[in-house]
Amino acid sequence: MSDMTTAFTPYAALLGGVLIGLASVALMLFHGRIMGATGILAGVLFPAGARDWGWRVMILLGMISAPAFYFLLAGQMPPIQSVANVPWQVLGGFLVGIGVTVGSGCTSGHGVCGMARLSRRSIAATLTFMATTALTVYVMRHVLGG
Amino acid sequence: MRLIAAYVIGLVFGLGIAISGMGNPAKVVNFFDVAGVWDPSLAFVMAGALAITFIGYRLVLGRPRPLLGDRFYLPTSRVIDARLLGGAAIFGIGWGISGFCPGGALPVIGTLNADVLIFVASLLAGILVARLILKRREQTMAARIAP
Repeated sequence: MSDMTTAFTPYAALLGGVLIGLASVALMLFHGRIMGATGILAGVLFPAGARDWGWRVMILLGMISAPAFYFLLAGQMPPIQSVANVPWQVLGGFLVGIGVTVGSGCTSGHGVCGMARLSRRSIAATLTFMATTALTVYVMRHVLGG
Repeated sequence: MRLIAAYVIGLVFGLGIAISGMGNPAKVVNFFDVAGVWDPSLAFVMAGALAITFIGYRLVLGRPRPLLGDRFYLPTSRVIDARLLGGAAIFGIGWGISGFCPGGALPVIGTLNADVLIFVASLLAGILVARLILKRREQTMAARIAP
């Protein structure tokens, strides 16, 4: 965890955000569904019915195949710089799993789709998790960390 | 057709995650680290995604039904309760620790990076445990209400 600086990439960020937005709109236009990673994953693990399972699996397969297409376009895999060692990664993943299940959504479901619908629930959830994320990062980096 | 469309939508979403840097924990955490090595990129991800979705939803939800589905499945709950905010708060703590959120991590499973795989395995464990707890709570509440 020596050098954790990352370059400011406004154009790539905006382009990526636009693609995330287009996928969210397309899923509503074609399937009538919210593009929330939490909800889609939960529906793959715990199918609500035969007709409700296939499209979720295909979304997941599409997502997972994206790095390969990224590699063809960019000549390298998308960079992943970990900020947590294994025990912290396990704790972080576990808390995310608990939180998104109890809170019915994550950054894509509440933060993008819900906020775009001006859902008061999603706005409240997004403000809450943005605040606790910022607080946690501050504690991890400036109180516990170096 | 439904399945092919879903695959392409997942792919576009995943490319958006990969290109934007939402699948890179350091980039995510640096957005929140205003007191340290701040990287404001994620604000541009959110702005792009929100602008497109805000406009797109207004066009799409004016239609009688989706092109390949029977109806629009929109969340119906309107209550802002302790469960919603508590869950969101716990999610934020986990996101701050690992730098991965579900939408950021799922696409980069495709890189086979060990940290992503450990995160996703732990995420699945958390989802399972939360569902068990929620189910048990529902049962005890139902038992209490029943005569």
